[in-house]
Amino acid sequence: MTFSVVVNVMPKAGISDPQGQTIERALPALGYTGVNGVRVGKRIMLEIEAATEDEARARATEMCERLLANSVIEAYEVAIGEARTEGAQA
Amino acid sequence: MRARVGVVVFPGSNCERDCVKSLSQLGAETELVWHDDPVLPEVDIVVLPGGFAHGDYLRTGALARFSPIMQAVTDHAERGGLVLGVCNGFQVLCEAGLLPGALHKNKGLKFMCKWTELRVDNAATPFTSRASTGSVLKIPINHFEGNWYCDPETLQGMRERDQIVLRYVDNPNGALDDAAGIVNENGNVFGLMPHPERACDELLGSEDGIVLLGSAIDHVLKTTPARV
Repeated sequence: MTFSVVVNVMPKAGISDPQGQTIERALPALGYTGVNGVRVGKRIMLEIEAATEDEARARATEMCERLLANSVIEAYEVAIGEARTEGAQA
Repeated sequence: MRARVGVVVFPGSNCERDCVKSLSQLGAETELVWHDDPVLPEVDIVVLPGGFAHGDYLRTGALARFSPIMQAVTDHAERGGLVLGVCNGFQVLCEAGLLPGALHKNKGLKFMCKWTELRVDNAATPFTSRASTGSVLKIPINHFEGNWYCDPETLQGMRERDQIVLRYVDNPNGALDDAAGIVNENGNVFGLMPHPERACDELLGSEDGIVLLGSAIDHVLKTTPARV
């Protein structure tokens, strides 16, 4: 099976986010007042071949730990989306 | 005897020749080492230079840590060999787990290229022995991601062990505890954001980089048995 996997990587709570802060400061210039807590992260989309959803999640989590996120400054979430069987006719 | 230095070149490194020139002028034998080599030549000091290794994709240093040479660099560090990471090299060392913490975007979100003043807060490392504690070095920075961070518990341990070796006199990038350069617990791995190799000639505005690079060479000459 092939699983669509989405990994969201965000700066950890309490870690400064200069990009988010800059966007937050820019918004009032366009008339958008009352906007707070702007944070900027990354969304990484993967197609993972695995036998089960649990296996796909475990592999994505390992990738996050080893490469996709830096746990010193970033937190990540793994979301498993649609599964597709190889060779299935569309 | 001369100290032997290997300067690692990643795709995207751009300060390796400055490192070679400055270290050669200080009497070292230098050699460029391609990142794809799984073994290091016989060297006393490994330098990871500045630049944009692997394009800085994903995060600075994140992909460089998986270059084949990095296992050999880690082994060299574990044997007590000296490792110096400058700017992007510092980022690689943090990603590789050879130094604590991580470097993220500068506070103020500006790429910074300017002279900085650095206070030497620990002159008892192999990289600072030519300095005295409290002395100030003038060395330039040139980076976007120099905002060093680690968790409070790690920071406390590092302070107790004097691992924050260089501090900015006027913090330009938001780095925690004004950290500009740090060592590992053993003191043989040193990473710093400023570029000592760019401050080794009065013509360039400062010779203070010699204090750091020269200290590392002194350490090798003092601690290595004579070679024939």
